[in-house]
Amino acid sequence: MRNYLNIIVAYSIMMLLIILVGIFQSWSIALTIFNYCMISAVMTLGANIQWGYAGLINFGIMGYTALGGLAVVLVSVAPVPEAWSAGGVNMMTCLGIIILMIFSTRYILKNIQKSNKRNYLIAGIIIVGLILIKFIAGPAIEQIEAVDPAKTGFLGGLGLPVLFSWIVGGLFAAGLAFVVGKVALGLRADYLAIATLLIAEIVVSIIKHEDWLARGVKNVIGLKRPAPYEIDLQTSPWFINLVEKFHSAKLDLANSLSERQDILNQLVIDASSVYVKLCFAGLFLVVVIILLIITQKALYSPWGRMMRAIRDNEEAASAMGKNVVKQHLFIFILGSAIVGIAGAMMVTNDGLFTPGSYRPMRYTFVIWVMVIVGGTGNNFGAILGGFVVWFLWVEAAPIALFFINLFTAHLPETNEIKIHLINSAPYFRFLLVGIGLLLIMRFRPQGIIPEKIIKQ
Amino acid sequence: MDLINAVIVLLNYTIIPALTYGSQLALGAIFVTLIYGILRFANFATGDMMSFGTMFAVLLTYYFQSIGINFGFLPTALLTIPFAIFMMILYMLLIDQTVFKYYRIKKSPPVMLAMVSVGVMFVTQAIIRIIIGPTDRRFLDGEKFILKATEFKEMTGLAEGLTIKSTQMITIVVTIIVVAIMFWFLNKTKTGTSMRAYSDNEDLALLSGIDPKKVVLITWIIAGILATIGGILYGLDKSYRPFVYFNNMLPIFAAAIVGGIGNPYGAFFGGYVIAFAEIFLTYAYKRFLVYLLPESLEPNSLMQLLSTDYKFAISFSILVIVLIFRPSGIFEGKRI
Repeated sequence: MRNYLNIIVAYSIMMLLIILVGIFQSWSIALTIFNYCMISAVMTLGANIQWGYAGLINFGIMGYTALGGLAVVLVSVAPVPEAWSAGGVNMMTCLGIIILMIFSTRYILKNIQKSNKRNYLIAGIIIVGLILIKFIAGPAIEQIEAVDPAKTGFLGGLGLPVLFSWIVGGLFAAGLAFVVGKVALGLRADYLAIATLLIAEIVVSIIKHEDWLARGVKNVIGLKRPAPYEIDLQTSPWFINLVEKFHSAKLDLANSLSERQDILNQLVIDASSVYVKLCFAGLFLVVVIILLIITQKALYSPWGRMMRAIRDNEEAASAMGKNVVKQHLFIFILGSAIVGIAGAMMVTNDGLFTPGSYRPMRYTFVIWVMVIVGGTGNNFGAILGGFVVWFLWVEAAPIALFFINLFTAHLPETNEIKIHLINSAPYFRFLLVGIGLLLIMRFRPQGIIPEKIIKQ
Repeated sequence: MDLINAVIVLLNYTIIPALTYGSQLALGAIFVTLIYGILRFANFATGDMMSFGTMFAVLLTYYFQSIGINFGFLPTALLTIPFAIFMMILYMLLIDQTVFKYYRIKKSPPVMLAMVSVGVMFVTQAIIRIIIGPTDRRFLDGEKFILKATEFKEMTGLAEGLTIKSTQMITIVVTIIVVAIMFWFLNKTKTGTSMRAYSDNEDLALLSGIDPKKVVLITWIIAGILATIGGILYGLDKSYRPFVYFNNMLPIFAAAIVGGIGNPYGAFFGGYVIAFAEIFLTYAYKRFLVYLLPESLEPNSLMQLLSTDYKFAISFSILVIVLIFRPSGIFEGKRI
C-alpha cells in the first residue's frame, strides 16, 4: 500500500483539479479536458513503451496519430459509389501494382546475391512501377476528385461501425512502424529521433495532399459516433424525464409553467452535451484500463525484464542470446500501434478529420513532454503525465490571464503593455510546458512517478 | 535562340531560387552541425533560435523606419544585423549557462541534451510569440528588384525575362561572405583549430591544454551569428512568421545530415542538395521543354515530376535514403 501512496496522491490531486474546473468553469469543459487527457494518456502509454521500456526515441508520434485518424475515415464513412465507379478499378489496380512491387522486390532480395545486378533490378522495378502508377492513377484521381467536390470527392470508407476503426487505426500505425523500424531502427538515438520526425512529416503531407483518399485539407466532417447525438437526446422523452428528476429542486423554484419550461430546455441542452461526453469518457476509460492492465502485466513479465535488460545494456543482453534487433522492432511496432489507437480515438471524439491540424509541436513534442514529466518506464506515471501536461496545456491561458491581471492590476486598462500581455495569454502555454519540462529534466529526471523495479 | 530562352527559363524559375533557398538552408545547417560537432547534441530549438534572432531584426527595422534611418536601396534589416546578433548571442549564452551547461558538465547522453533542447524550443517559441505575436510580417524595404523581367527583355530582345530579386542577390552574397569567413576562421586561426580538435576528440583536446569553456563560448558566438543571419535572410526573402521558422528546422536537419552531421563543409553542400532537389523535382518543365523540343513533340501536361505540395516530403525522402545507404552522410560526418 505504501508503495502506491504517491501514485494515489498524485492521481487524487489531478482529479481534484479537473473537478475544480467543473465547479468553476463548467462540467462540459471539465469533461472535454478529461476526455482529451485520456487520449493523451493512451498516446503517452504508447510512447512510454518505446522510450521507457526499450529506450527507443520516436519523434514520429504525429504520423501514427494521423494514420489512426485516417483509419476512422476509411472504416466508418459510407462509401461513395460514384467515385468508386469513376476511378475505383484504377485505384485498386494501383494497389495491386504496389503489392506486386513489394513482393517482387522481396523475391529479388531473397533469391539473388548481393550485387550491382540486384540493385539495378530493384531500381528498375521501382521506376517502372512508379511510371505505371502515375499513368493509371493520374486520370482516376482527377475523376474521383471531380465527384461532387464540395461534399465528397473521395472514395469514402467502408461504412463499418466506428469502434472497429480504433483497431484498424492501431493496425495501420503498426504497419507504418514496421516499415519505419526496418529502415531507421539501426540508427543512433538522435539520428533516429530526426529520422522518425521527418518520416512522420512525410506521412502527414501525403494524407494532406492526396484528396482522393480522405479529402486532404478539405477535411472530413460529420463522422459517425459510438455515442448518441445531442439532438436525439434532446427530443427523447426518457432523457428529458431524467433531467427533470435530477434537477427537480431547481425546477420547483420556477414561478410559472413557461419559465419552468425554459429552464428545463436549457438544462436538457447542457445535460445532453455532458451525457455525450460521459459516454465518450466511459469508452476511453475502458481502453485506458485495458491497455494499463496489459502493459503492466507485460512490464513485470519475463519479456518486460528482457526489454529493460536490452535498454540498460544492449551488448550484455545480446551476449545472453537476446535478439536485440527483433525485440526493438517488435516494441517499436507495439508502441506505435497504441499511438495509432489514440489517434483514432481522438478523431472519433472530435467527429471530424482535419489533416491540416497535424503539427509536430502538438502531436509529437507535447506528447514527449508528457512522457518525461510523468515518469519514463512507469505506466502509471505515463498516464499521469498525459493528464498533467494536457491539463496545463489547456488551462495555461486562463492561469496566465489570472496572473497577468494580478501583476498589472495597478496599471490602467489602456496601458499598452497590459493589453499586449492579455492578448498573448494563449502563448503562455508554451512557456509553462517548456519550463515544466526543463525543471523536471533538471531536478527530477526520472519523472513525477519514477520507474519502479520489483525485485523477485 | 530557343536554347538561350530555355536556359533563362530554367535559371529564372529553378536555379536562382534554389541557390537562394539553398544558401538559407546552408547557414542553418552549419549552425546545426557546429552544435552537433562541438556540443554533441541535436538541437531541436534550431528553427526557433533563428526565429529569435530574426525577431530582433524585425523589431529594430520597424524602429529604424520610424525614426527615419534607412540603408538606401538596400533593406534596412541589414543595418540591424549586428544588434540582432548581439541579442541572439546573449540569449544563447544565457540558455547555455542556465540549461545546457549542467548536462554538459554531467556528461549526459546526447539524447538527454536533445530532450532538453525540446524544452528550450518550447520556451523560445513562447517568448517569441509573447513579444512579437504569431502573425506574418514583412520587413523588406529598399529596392525590390535588381533586374526586372521587362528590362531584361528590352535589353536582350529575348522572349523570356530574367528576374533577380534584390533579396536573392543579398542572400547569395552574404552567405558566401559569412561562410568564407567562418571556414577561414575554422581552418587558419588557432581558436578555430582548437575547436576542430575539441570536436574530433574531447579528451585529447583537453589534455593538450585547450580551454573547453572558451571553445563552447566561441561555438555559441559563431552559432548565434549563423542563426541570426540565416534567419534574417530567409525572412527578407519570404516573410517572417514564427511557425514557418519552426518548420524550417526540418529541411535544415535534413541538409545537415545529408552532408554528414558534424561536418560544416558537408552541411554547406547539403543545404544546396536539399534546395536543388526540392525545386528541380517539383518544377513544371513544360515551358522549358517547349523551347527545346520540336513542335510535334510538345508536351501537353505540365511535365511535373511531383506536385509542389510535396516539397518538404522530397527533402525528407532524400534524408531517409541517405540514412539507409550512407548513414554518415555524403561527406564523412562527425569531423569539423
